[in-house]
Order: sequence, then structure tokens, then C-alpha cells
Amino acid sequence: MAAGILDRVSEALAPTAISAAIAHGILVLTLAPEALTPVVGRLQSEFGFDLFLDVTAIDWLPQTPRFEVVWHFYSTEHHVRIRIKARVAESDAVVDSLRPRYGSAGIMERECHEMYGIVFRGNDDLRPMLLYEGFVGHPLRKDYPKDREQPLVPYIK
Amino acid sequence: MTPVETRLPNPVRPAFTAGERDDTVIVNIGPSHPCTHGTVQIIAELDGERVLRTDIHCGYLHRGFEKECESHTWHNLIPYVDRLNYVSALINDFTYCEAVETLMGIEITPRCRYLRTLLSEYSRLVDHLTCVAAGLMELGAMTAFLYLVMVRDFMYEHLAALTGARVTYSYGRIGGLARDLPDGWLVRLEEILKQYEEFIGRVHGLVDRNRIFIDRMRDVGTISTKDAISYGYTGVILRATGAARDLRRDTPYLAYAELDFDVPVGIKGDNYDRYFVRMREMDESVYMMRQLMEMLPAGPINVDDRRCVLPEKELVYTEIESLINHFKLVMDGPKPPAGEAYAAHESPNGELGFYVVSDGSGVPWKVHCRAPSYVHMGGAHKMLDGYQLADIVPTFGSINMIGGECDR
Repeated sequence: MAAGILDRVSEALAPTAISAAIAHGILVLTLAPEALTPVVGRLQSEFGFDLFLDVTAIDWLPQTPRFEVVWHFYSTEHHVRIRIKARVAESDAVVDSLRPRYGSAGIMERECHEMYGIVFRGNDDLRPMLLYEGFVGHPLRKDYPKDREQPLVPYIK
Repeated sequence: MTPVETRLPNPVRPAFTAGERDDTVIVNIGPSHPCTHGTVQIIAELDGERVLRTDIHCGYLHRGFEKECESHTWHNLIPYVDRLNYVSALINDFTYCEAVETLMGIEITPRCRYLRTLLSEYSRLVDHLTCVAAGLMELGAMTAFLYLVMVRDFMYEHLAALTGARVTYSYGRIGGLARDLPDGWLVRLEEILKQYEEFIGRVHGLVDRNRIFIDRMRDVGTISTKDAISYGYTGVILRATGAARDLRRDTPYLAYAELDFDVPVGIKGDNYDRYFVRMREMDESVYMMRQLMEMLPAGPINVDDRRCVLPEKELVYTEIESLINHFKLVMDGPKPPAGEAYAAHESPNGELGFYVVSDGSGVPWKVHCRAPSYVHMGGAHKMLDGYQLADIVPTFGSINMIGGECDR
């Protein structure tokens, strides 16, 4: 059954995707960023992918486009996962927010935004969550040095 | 009077600073408050004692786990993943190891598979005991707290006999485990399970039908299945709403396909249901552990794969190939092929996932943890808004936010 649903999804969505393949039991769809909203809409309404698990990004510096945004979904009906990936350039690191479809998108997009600087169009609450107000830069980018310190309160000498 | 410029800056920007009406007050709770077990800040608008809306901030325990992962070998990360959910560190270990093993195409040995399952259930037991105990203590049930924490401490000491540490075990290894069971370990385990059963019976007797407990828990902090799924809830909180969603049943991993167990569910998704689902799950864990103790096969605990498992010490001292192998594994670490993998286990809080990306070198390109506690913070306001200010304490306790995992 698990394989059946992934085949059906793959068949239905492959024309809108750049590539579709099954890797380690997860269907991986690579999309153009603008195809995200329609594809996720079909996944949710037609194929029952009701649980939005996670969104994160990969910084492929020095490749271009630099960032790859990665979403994971799960279907509580079919018990399978799907991964969606889209490449975005540093100069235009914008993808659609999934907030209108999934409540969980709100908090996860905030994390991805502060860590990588990806902007989620349509999510008006991208305040820092794990970092703090006034933090400069995006720490999970490869060009952010690990040992850079930004103390909010000055150290006592 | 303190001059303005020396005041400390506020690390958060609240979602609201003015009330919707002029007779409400906005209060700040936390980040270090004796009633919340976890470092979390809640900004709440109150109408008298009633909570109108809340804005939740976490991140006070953020220590750059994912950034740190990108400059160590795959094996060196195991002590770090221990410190995510530090109440059930073994499950973090095994999930992370499984993600890397998936990437490397390794199938673990049967003994290792059963042992990991047994220890995962042991961890779940410890985690639920802690959560239930702390939740009861916050409502004033000190006796029940001491009963449960006493049993938990037997378990911690017992796990220390196996792993050498009480809480952060660093026991998983890519391709196996750190060491096999010591003599007599399973005998002692059965003794502890018997003590667990005695004391859990007393706790059921003390609180299940206790009027004060029911009044504080029943119909408080309710969330519907629809909202829970929309907000990405998994684990106990989702099951308490009545949805029997459990990765151990739905996508069986390790040895769960061979075990007999129930998936307990609640009826309306309130605090009482979350308490009861945890209590029932602990019984199921004990039932599974007893099956696993019977099923545990003999054999090696580590795969015979020189890409990730250290060679026998005797060989390291006697032959050059093993010496080089040992040296390379310690200095460069295992080198999974370039690619990506996602592994998810049913942790005590919900779906714990590790998304790992390798560029083919000995250092991860990216390790991302899908932490259930973090996702749960995104919908926690659904369970707090509309109830009393004092209800924040039991509700937040029953969400079981673990700072180490939430903030990473």
C-alpha cells in the first residue's frame, strides 16, 4: 500500500516537478519554487498528506543557486513520507509560506528564516524564535563563522 | 534611578504589547519560572484570571547544535544528540544512528535491533515517569512524585550499570552499540519492573479518581484532532485526542513489527487524557520489554563493517591493517556516501526525526533535528488560551516541552 500511494503521487505530480525519485523509502520531489503552493495543495487535498513535519534548508555554498529548501510531509492515512526540495538563489531567497494550509508552518518557518535567511512569502510573523531580537546574520549559513559571538549583554571584564 | 541606556535589552519582541480591551492586563511569565519545567517565556493577556491569548518564546537553551554538528565527525556527534531530549537520550542516539546507517546502507545485527528496541522502551518509560511525576508535583501531589521519581532513579542507576552514565549515555554507535549487556542486567531489570508495577498502582490509587486532580485536569487544555494535526502534533498529544497514530505501529522500525502492543488513545485531548495515555503507554512499554527479554537473540552487537565499526582491540595491537583502520576511524570518522536520509522514531514526545546530508566526507554537511517539542510550541497557545492562568502549569507540564530538544 505504501508503495502504491507513492507511485500514484509520483505519476500525478512528476509533470510539474523537475525530478521525482524514491530514496530510502521517501518520495523526493524537486520543484521550481513557484510550483510549491499548487503541488502542496494537491498533496494535502488529493493524497492525504495532512501532517507538515518539517522545513529546513541546505546551504550549498559555493554552488548556485545557493540554497535548497527542504520540506517533509507525512500522511497519517497512508503512513508514508514525502520530501520536497526547491533551489533558491541567495539574491532571491523567497518561497511561499505554507501557513495558510498548515498551522505548524508558522513556527518552523520562523526557525528556517532566522537560521538561513529564507523569506517565506505570506508569513507575516518571522520574528526570531531560537535567537534573539537584534541578532545579526544567519548562523547556519556556511559563511557564518562558528565562533562568532554576539552577546546581548556585554561580558563583565 | 537607572539611566535608560544601561538597561538590559529585551531578547524578545512580544506579538502584542497592548490589550484588545482596556480592562485586560498583559503579564510576562518566565523564562525562568518555578512553575514551568523548562526555560520558556509566555507573554499572556489576562482578563482577571482568564487567559485571553498567549505568545510563547523559546530558545533560551539554544546552543547551536546543528552548527556544531558541521565541524565534527559523524561519530563525535553522538554525545551531542544525547543532550537534545536528555530525558530519553537513548532514543535520540538510536534515531541519529539509524539515519546515518540508512545513508551508509548498513543493516544492524539482530541482537542490536532487539536491544535498541528494549532500550527505546526503557527510555520511554523513564521519560513518561518523569513527565507524569513532575506534572503531579506541580499540582501538589508530592507523594506520587516521590514514588515515581524513586522508581526512575532505580532505572537511572540500572542504565548507568550498562552505559556508565545516568542521563546522557552516549551508548549508540553507527552500526551497533557501545557494549553488550553486563551479567545479571536483565535479572535486575525484571526486579525494577516489578517495583514499577507496585508504585504505579499506588499512583493510580492516589490520583486517578482524586476530585482535586480531576478538576484541575479534566476539560482543561483541550485540543481537537483536527487542530493537533494542523499544528504538526504527534505522539502523546495527538493520541490523547483520540487518533491512534503511532510510528511504532504505522511505520514499524527496529523490532516493533514482531511485538504485541496496544496504542492507547484518549477521548477528548485534555490534560487528563494526556496523563492517562502516558500511564497506559508505560504499561505497554513494560509489556513490550518483557517480550523483548524473551526474544533477545545471542550474537554480535556490532555489524562487521570496517567503514564504521572499530576493529577488535587485539587486532589493532597485532596487525597493521587494523591499526590503520582504527586510526582512520578515529581521526577521519566514517564517510557515508554523498546523499541525504531522514530517519524518524516514535520518541516519548512524538516524531523525532533526523535529516542528515552528507557530501561524502567524514564531516556532516548538515544534520537537522525535527524536534517534536519545538513543533509543539507552535500550537501550544491552542491549549492555553481560554483557560485559567493557573491552568498554564498543568497544561504546559502535560505538553512535556524539553528545553534541550526544543531549543537545540
